[in-house]
Amino acid sequence: MEKKLFGVAAIFTTPDDIINAASSTVKKGYTKYDVYTPYPVHGMDNAMKLKPSKLGYLTLGFGLTGTFIALFFMWWMMAMDYPMIIGGKPFFALPAFIPVTFEVTVLLATLATVIGMLTFFFYFPNNSHPVHDTSFMKKVSSDKYGVCIECADPKFELEGVKEFLTSVGGIEIEEIYYAVKTEQRIFDPKFITFLIGVAIATSGGIYFALNKLMYMEPFTWMQTQQKLSAQAETKFFTDKFSMRPKIAGTVARGFIPYEYKGLALPPVEIVNPSVPDEKNLALGKKKYLTFCSPCHGNHGDGDSRLRGQFPNPPSLHSLKVREWNDGNLYHIIVNGQNVMPSYESQINVAERWAIVNYIRVLQKAKNASPEEIEIARKEGK
Amino acid sequence: MSEVNYDYKTKELPKSVFTTGIALLIIGTVFGVIGLYLDTQRFLLNYLLAFALLISVGVGALFLVTLEYVAGADWSVPIRRVTEFFSSTVPYLLIIGIPLLFNIGSLFHWSHPEAVAEDKILQSKAPYLNTTFFIIRFFVVGLLWTLFWFLITRNSRKQDITKDQVLTKINIRYSAIFIPVFAITISVASIDWIMSLDPHWFSTIFGVYFFAGTVLASLSAVTYAVVKLFENGYLHPKITKDHLYSLGALLFAFINFWGYIAFSQYMLIWYANLPEETFWYLNRWEGMWIYVSLILIIVHFVVPYSVLLSQPAKMDPKRLKFAALWIIFAHLIDLYWLIMPNYHAENSNPWVYLLEFAFPMAAIGVLCIVFYLSYKKSNLLPLGDPKLERGLKFKL
Repeated sequence: MEKKLFGVAAIFTTPDDIINAASSTVKKGYTKYDVYTPYPVHGMDNAMKLKPSKLGYLTLGFGLTGTFIALFFMWWMMAMDYPMIIGGKPFFALPAFIPVTFEVTVLLATLATVIGMLTFFFYFPNNSHPVHDTSFMKKVSSDKYGVCIECADPKFELEGVKEFLTSVGGIEIEEIYYAVKTEQRIFDPKFITFLIGVAIATSGGIYFALNKLMYMEPFTWMQTQQKLSAQAETKFFTDKFSMRPKIAGTVARGFIPYEYKGLALPPVEIVNPSVPDEKNLALGKKKYLTFCSPCHGNHGDGDSRLRGQFPNPPSLHSLKVREWNDGNLYHIIVNGQNVMPSYESQINVAERWAIVNYIRVLQKAKNASPEEIEIARKEGK
Repeated sequence: MSEVNYDYKTKELPKSVFTTGIALLIIGTVFGVIGLYLDTQRFLLNYLLAFALLISVGVGALFLVTLEYVAGADWSVPIRRVTEFFSSTVPYLLIIGIPLLFNIGSLFHWSHPEAVAEDKILQSKAPYLNTTFFIIRFFVVGLLWTLFWFLITRNSRKQDITKDQVLTKINIRYSAIFIPVFAITISVASIDWIMSLDPHWFSTIFGVYFFAGTVLASLSAVTYAVVKLFENGYLHPKITKDHLYSLGALLFAFINFWGYIAFSQYMLIWYANLPEETFWYLNRWEGMWIYVSLILIIVHFVVPYSVLLSQPAKMDPKRLKFAALWIIFAHLIDLYWLIMPNYHAENSNPWVYLLEFAFPMAAIGVLCIVFYLSYKKSNLLPLGDPKLERGLKFKL
């Protein structure tokens, strides 16, 4: 392989020497040179007369871009495209967006700095420099300091440079060579094949991960069971219903059929068979609150809790209802009335009578006479 | 121990610093007293504002001195005396605060027993917020500050003559004790004097908020004085722009810190949206106060941040001087925004408010006088400090 001269390097032993050497190099008029030290030497910027880095502008520019991108995105998403009220705040809730804006600003600024540094100063994608892998580099990366004047400098002249470096106190003057590359590796068929292979493997792996692996159940535990679920199709029964209909000719416990079903009013007075004791009224209250109160209200005032989604029924405290006998109330629970549907299938016979008793309690409570209230107060209940 | 010769020569400060200080103090006090006669409550709050500014600069400077000892910083040793001069305000705080103690009734709602009697919240806060305990706290806090100021600056001055390195070690110990004491006392002072003006309100971060303003105010006072002395050749010639850069960087850092804390306090209260906390901000969002609130963001954060952002700005004496003065001004607006919305009386004559510059002006006069007198008493360079040589050699 052909070798070409890169420059001439010299070693210095103390930080003062290297600062002195750097400033003399500048004074002599060399421009293409660099100083190598094992750690940042204070005052080197001044000695080399380096201008402040322009990288800061890139950082600032990208930081501001980040600020505006973040604010624009949040404004677009939260206030324009899909406005949502979160925590009672306005759509464009600036204080809540500031942390996110700050983070995006910092993110873009940092990325721009790092990528800008790699691109402008390290000449990415170059990964090598002529001074690498030389004895000069080994010394300046442990305990010595060095200057290297490159032959690309307009004032470069081999003997003159060597003389100059010796005169400023340099020891171990060394010529640095680098190999001229004849072929460009990026078009190497093996490399291209390798790249394509990597691309296929990566995309295949990602496809598998996103489309297959994500949907595999690692542990099913008891989530899948050999049982019938309600309203699902089954192969067990020939009609494919998993929920079974009632067997013809049978009567469920507690649901003895009502003989006057469908009539407007019962033709004879039906006697209330239940005793309104504490247990019975507790049952009546529970069932009333479950089945009746959504429309009739918790106290029977007809103040529906359905907010107008269903017509409000009349009050249970009207004189008409209070003067009805128990059988009549029972009849309406079973048959329904006007828009009120039948509750025959939900509430069994004993519960129906308990509800009737509880309605009587509500009516008494709303329409008690002063004497009755006095009696109740004396009894302490 | 080798004696190092620093070629230090004392150079007298011009008498004009002292006379300006006296003039500011006299004019400020005269106009302030006129204001007190015209509208007592408002100008008492103004006096409190001036007092808070002196706490900020004085105690903040003492904190910066101790911070240098504890952190073992080299760069600030050659300019430590300037910080010490400003911290000499501390003993005077005990005297300046006394007129306020006689007017607790006009300043603080919680000091009225009849107001406490009909207010459940004030009743439960009464064990802390009562006049006796308030006065005790004032003297305990003030005496603690004075004690540490006395010990630390006395040792520092003694070292100029004895060149005894042990004094630095002793001061490091005092400083290490002072910093937690400072954290507690500055919180107590800010809660007592500022937060309790609105006794229903509470914010757990308030002490930190005031601390951020305190350090900014004292740091910008120190920066302004250092740059002024630097420009007129009072400082040692080895003190370079690298030292100024460090001051600028510290200012920049604390501007960010203030912005961070102020925003944290606002955002948490805004987000939680609890009526017992939000009313404090809503008071500052009413009428003309909305402009003060918005201006505060620009004046206290956006402008100094932009001015000090670039590297050359932190070294340039002119821009640094501008930033320092600007931040002191911003801190005054911050204090105004904290304190003055608590003025509730009917204003008969709004022209009276033109006199509001008076007490802050007097406070700045006090700072000038204190600086001049303490400059006279000691060297501008801590000649006996073992770190001085490294401090003078400091390079970025």
